[in-house]
Amino acid sequence: MDYILSILVFFPAIAALLGFVIDKDSARVYGVTVAAIEFFLSLWLWFSFDGTNAGMQFVELIPVIPDFGVNYYLGVDGISLFIILMTTMMTLIGIMSLSVKENVKNMIITLLFLEMTMVGVFVSLDAIIFYLFWELSLVPMLYIIGAWGGSLRVYAAVKFFLYTFAGSLIMLVGMLFMAYTYQSLTGVWSFALTDWYALVLPVNYQMWLFAAFFIGFAIKVPMFPFHTWLPYAHGQAPTIGSVILAAVLLKMGTYGFVRFSLPLFPDAAVIWITPIAVLSIIMIIYTAMVAYAQKDMKQVIAYSSVSHMGIVMLGIFAMNAEGIGGSVFQMLSHGIVSGALFMLVGVIYDRRHTKMMDEFGGIAAVMPKYAVIFGIMLMASVGLPLTIGFVGEFLVLVGFYQVSPIMTILAGTSIIIGSVYMLSLFKKSFFGPVTKEENKNLKDLDAKETWSLVPLVAIVVWLGIYPKPILDPIDNSVKAMLNFMDEKAITQEAKDMIHVAKSTKEAK
Amino acid sequence: MLEPIKVSLESLNLITLAPMLIAIAGGLIILSIDLLKEGLHKSLYVMLTVLVLMIDLGSVVGLNINERGFFDVILIDGISIVSQLLVIIGSIVFIPLALSSKRFHEYSYPEFFALFLFMVAGFQFMMASDNLILIFVGLETASLSLYTLIALHNRSNSYEAAVKYFTMGALAAGFFAMGSAMIYGLTGSVEIYKVAEVLATRLNEPDLMIAIFGGFVLLLVALAFKLSLYPFHTWAPDVYEGASAALVGYMSVVPKVAAFVVAIRIFGMYIDLGVEWARIMILVIAVLTMTLANIMALVQEDVKRMLAYSSISHAGFVMAALALDTTEANTSIFLYYALFMFTNLGAFAMLWISRHKMRRFNNRYDHPYEKFAGFIKIMPIGAVIMGLFMLSLAGVPPFSVFWGKIYVMQAAVNAGYIWLAVVMGLNSAIAAYYYLKLIVYMFLKDPVKDVDTIYYNISRPLMVIIGFATVATVGAIFYIQPLVSYIYYMISASGY
Repeated sequence: MDYILSILVFFPAIAALLGFVIDKDSARVYGVTVAAIEFFLSLWLWFSFDGTNAGMQFVELIPVIPDFGVNYYLGVDGISLFIILMTTMMTLIGIMSLSVKENVKNMIITLLFLEMTMVGVFVSLDAIIFYLFWELSLVPMLYIIGAWGGSLRVYAAVKFFLYTFAGSLIMLVGMLFMAYTYQSLTGVWSFALTDWYALVLPVNYQMWLFAAFFIGFAIKVPMFPFHTWLPYAHGQAPTIGSVILAAVLLKMGTYGFVRFSLPLFPDAAVIWITPIAVLSIIMIIYTAMVAYAQKDMKQVIAYSSVSHMGIVMLGIFAMNAEGIGGSVFQMLSHGIVSGALFMLVGVIYDRRHTKMMDEFGGIAAVMPKYAVIFGIMLMASVGLPLTIGFVGEFLVLVGFYQVSPIMTILAGTSIIIGSVYMLSLFKKSFFGPVTKEENKNLKDLDAKETWSLVPLVAIVVWLGIYPKPILDPIDNSVKAMLNFMDEKAITQEAKDMIHVAKSTKEAK
Repeated sequence: MLEPIKVSLESLNLITLAPMLIAIAGGLIILSIDLLKEGLHKSLYVMLTVLVLMIDLGSVVGLNINERGFFDVILIDGISIVSQLLVIIGSIVFIPLALSSKRFHEYSYPEFFALFLFMVAGFQFMMASDNLILIFVGLETASLSLYTLIALHNRSNSYEAAVKYFTMGALAAGFFAMGSAMIYGLTGSVEIYKVAEVLATRLNEPDLMIAIFGGFVLLLVALAFKLSLYPFHTWAPDVYEGASAALVGYMSVVPKVAAFVVAIRIFGMYIDLGVEWARIMILVIAVLTMTLANIMALVQEDVKRMLAYSSISHAGFVMAALALDTTEANTSIFLYYALFMFTNLGAFAMLWISRHKMRRFNNRYDHPYEKFAGFIKIMPIGAVIMGLFMLSLAGVPPFSVFWGKIYVMQAAVNAGYIWLAVVMGLNSAIAAYYYLKLIVYMFLKDPVKDVDTIYYNISRPLMVIIGFATVATVGAIFYIQPLVSYIYYMISASGY
């Protein structure tokens, strides 16, 4: 199938439009079916994907505005393939475990539109098309947070929207300048990423452009100090909103760094290593500490999310195959693990309508299945060996060790602080005697919840033990990118920094 | 004794006058029909107006590019053709809004439609000339008709709006006349191309600079009134509040296109001559307009007033493109307004169909935000469509205004004004807040009170118009390419 990427992008959108006709009570089944078909389509993409080919595959190119150089240009490589798979999987599981009661139909339609924009972001190879999906993804999320969220939902939704919108407009100016530079050098307008890759820019241009793209991406990641929208968004969003936000929307930022910032501006990226590493380490340690101080379970996970995204950022700027490959892997693992954790908090919230840790205690005795799954996810989040969280984190730290051992040690403390806040959350809520009367009769996971969570547990363990099928294609594409960056870099420092690893040893 | 002047009919090239004459004749036909038979329904007049405008459109399309006619005062270049097309299409899509299900005072008069056509003719004269006197005549014809159209809406604040607009317009006319006189005094001509030739030779005379500056400032003030640029924008919100939504939507696009054509001709000349302070003044005004109008829009309580400030801000956005004076920038002006027109048509049509005869929510405003609270629960499709228009105005891709926006920003970047593109970007982010406010009211709040129906004024023709606006807004990506290449070709053919 040559047009599988277009099908992947537009299938959910068309399904969403048709969804307006579906009867209210059947909407959930419709949503699950559509998301499942989409997931199988993405699996098909994986099976027909050539893992040894590091370049773009399934490329589609249709000129849209030729005078302006805008093309409908899609493609997928090892870096984006698995993020797409994770997106479709998390959407499917999110819809399966959906617990909202009112306006389910609106929610399903919104989620399907959101799925279109998310897949669109990861397959676009044209800057304008990328920007189009990037901006469009804000709208369904705004509605999800604003319509189904907590008491401060409107504030949180608007803050989320405006923060990211403002950042991406600066990025848009950067894109326009990039296109202009391309035009003035080649005489042709083009927003195609592969055309831009060929452009060797002077360092001062690179610095400014890097900064413009940085603002757009960093707000989305969210990098410290732009992270303040995230706790609000997570705190107010309904469970499904948090799951998608943490699992997929945050990855757009880090994906943007890998896809745009590094290959387009290799010299600027090398110059920016130290500032970004410092910000990342602040992000890792500071938000981990903030997470420890939270009383609300969901906020703990929200802040731990920021902390883990710091690891991802650090890996990207390690400029070697271990670091970047590890980052991409960590994006996947963080997507799955934090998505699952938000879902788990949602489970308990549906039963008790509170997320405060001191309201609970001893629920391991009441809800054993729940406690086991929570425990596994928590270990994966901390980065225990043999779970998915370990592989990415380890690779990132190995990668960054070649840049700066001291910073790596500082970043490594995240595992310690992470286990402190996570285990204290676990202890406070799950162990000890059951203190509250209401908690004595809590129902354990029902079938719907179990079947949403068990696949995630399986993946967490499977990829923790045997990550090779995923790491290999990622590694191929990352190495190709690094080779390319190494050739493209004009300063000697950048050439020295960008290690083109001959072979990468996987963490087994 | 004076020699009789001999003018051959051929040298007059009367075909260049045909579009305006068609509009005027159409107006006269409508008046005569009213003389012959009274009490005809407004739908007849609306459709006649549309038909006349269609013929008008055809006659504009048939014009040859780069011709002069009628004692060389009429100039048919690419700009004048593109802008006339835009004005006529704008008029065709806005006038059917008169076919609302409720009866409004003004549409029962056939004079309304006659005046409407005279106004279109006035705009066409303005855009198809580089003679300052003819521009002035066209401007006044159009403006006087427009004042009357506003006042015909039978409400006290419509009168207030019309009088306010009239006084401000008279002031602007005064400035325009004085500016033209000053230019005539300096150069001995009122034809812009001759003015440019003379000024080019006299720019180096130091004593003259103050006079050139004076003439420029007077004209700038006059056009700034018409374009509602800061600090001459103060009439706009009140006039928008007083006039009917159908007319306001029209006013936010068509007269501005006409005024922008005049601005391109006059100020483009100054910038071409290398008068750098002219560019700086325009840029300062443009940046102030878009920023301050955006900030003022944030605190409005009425959707129509919010949209008034928003269209001031959009005008500032486009004014900035004018200062760049490149072919791309001039293209972007028309592209922007073409795309903005469809979205604004939709947004104001949505206000228009939700218009009640009496104010039900607020003593002062017809369309306070509360009116739209919980719209999604009352009329889901209406809320989604209105939400689309708001997102489009905010510049969210892939809706129409986004393409206008990036084209303007690209023009700014290409001309080396990156800071301007950044300012535009930040302004779009501020603007997103107030558009979002309406979306928040519509989607995320509960209805304030049970109203019988919010679509009080809807009718089938209005639904068609809104459907058309929606398709044009959502499907913009599919017609941008032909639109851009056509406008670019026309603009570059006329040497701008």
